[in-house]
Amino acid sequence: MADFGYKIQEDRQINYDSNDRTLFYFLKRVEPSISLCIGCGTCSATCTAGQFTQFDLHKIMLYVRRGEKVHIANEIKKCMLCGKCSLACPKGVNTRNIIFQTRKFLYSNK
Amino acid sequence: MELTGKQNIWKDYQKEIASDKYFYVRSCVRQNFFPGAETTFLRILKDELHKDIYEHPCHTTCTGIGYHGDVVPFDTAMTVIARQFALMTEAGYENLVPSCVTSFGLYSEVLETWHHFPDVLARVREHLRKATGREFNIPKNVAHASDVIFKFRNEIAAKAKYKLVNVETGKPLKVVEHIGCHYSKMFPAKGVGGAEFPYVLIGMVEEWGGEVIDYPERRHCCGFGFRQYLIQANRGYSVGCSHKKFESMEPYEPDMIITNCPGCPMFLDKWQYAISEMNGKTYGKNGQGIPVFTFEEVAGMVLGYDPWDIGLQVHQISCEPILNKMGIKYDPTAKYLGKNGKYLGVPEKPSVLKD
Ligand code: SF4
Ligand code: SF4
Repeated sequence: MADFGYKIQEDRQINYDSNDRTLFYFLKRVEPSISLCIGCGTCSATCTAGQFTQFDLHKIMLYVRRGEKVHIANEIKKCMLCGKCSLACPKGVNTRNIIFQTRKFLYSNK
Repeated sequence: MELTGKQNIWKDYQKEIASDKYFYVRSCVRQNFFPGAETTFLRILKDELHKDIYEHPCHTTCTGIGYHGDVVPFDTAMTVIARQFALMTEAGYENLVPSCVTSFGLYSEVLETWHHFPDVLARVREHLRKATGREFNIPKNVAHASDVIFKFRNEIAAKAKYKLVNVETGKPLKVVEHIGCHYSKMFPAKGVGGAEFPYVLIGMVEEWGGEVIDYPERRHCCGFGFRQYLIQANRGYSVGCSHKKFESMEPYEPDMIITNCPGCPMFLDKWQYAISEMNGKTYGKNGQGIPVFTFEEVAGMVLGYDPWDIGLQVHQISCEPILNKMGIKYDPTAKYLGKNGKYLGVPEKPSVLKD
């Protein structure tokens, strides 16, 4: 196949109708502080796991809101539950509990 | 007649289009992409509709591509446009007809700016005076070339030699209409049908016998968007947009695509080649692509102009399937002969896309 120096970008449109947002609603119930997240990325910046892998908590927060569960399930295992992100979060989001509850939700729903 | 109900609402989606005495400004890029389209427009206006349309030899680009590519500042763009207005004023015309949708968008943007900020207008007048010594009047009417053809679609239909109808089946051709984003997405009130129901191309297609198809990504951009195309590394986004449209329209099996912008026909035409080379996929029947035309080319076909005179040989997707469907007579051996009969050479064949 020809190489023109660029590729056809895949469609990244998010279809909210087909995405399942039950995880987000569950988290809002068990850890209401999730609603305070402003997507600043401080959690990712301080995360030790993120220093060594592609793990990115603030991206996961975005996926949770969008209901993109596949991405979350693959990624969330990398977290060591050290809680550094919770200490750093300027909005006081209990990120550690969000990760904990997410794991519980995903693994018990499988 | 008193307008009621939907008719009354629809009235708000109309625009005023001058009926004669046009000052025509060409596009800088269209002449390279589809050189026959603009001459066809002038030929229709002069020979078929007998209108007074004037083209000044000294007019320049509107700077739209540079402006939207972030290399030309707005003040420069406004001054260049003021100069076009000065040429129009000197020639004694008041109705501006840009050939390019991006120019149309930029002229609208500049006029809207001057309307709301008279101090900017005064500054631009001063710039132009200092640079060229010229003065200008603001045009009374600005209509895109497709607006003008739309206005006279019935007259064209009355003179038509061919219809947008499959002569074998007698059924209307299935047409995808694609409106350039700058036509009515920036200033909806400046386009026929606004941004929600752009009617300018539909009006032509229906008047000339075709049937417009509705498909999910109908209003999606073709992907030109200047920056994403001008920078090679970003072109994946550009082709991604067209790809999305083709995937979306494919199940409806369109016979052709009609457009009103320089970028859209170029990209919808050439990206079909690029996509076929990159992933082997073609969107028309029998490995052919879906033919893409500008509104002037379609008007020219309907009026029975020689397809090689209106420049259909420079399209990537072969026009012959549509010519055959419409029953248009043409000389296949003259496809690559220039105006003076000189042989232009045959382009290389793509490896996937069929003739
Ligand atoms: S640090 Fe807190 S507010 Fe910032 S992105 Fe992470 S969770 Fe959201
Ligand atoms: S708890 Fe998880 S996400 Fe937060 S800093 Fe530690 S490893 Fe990173």
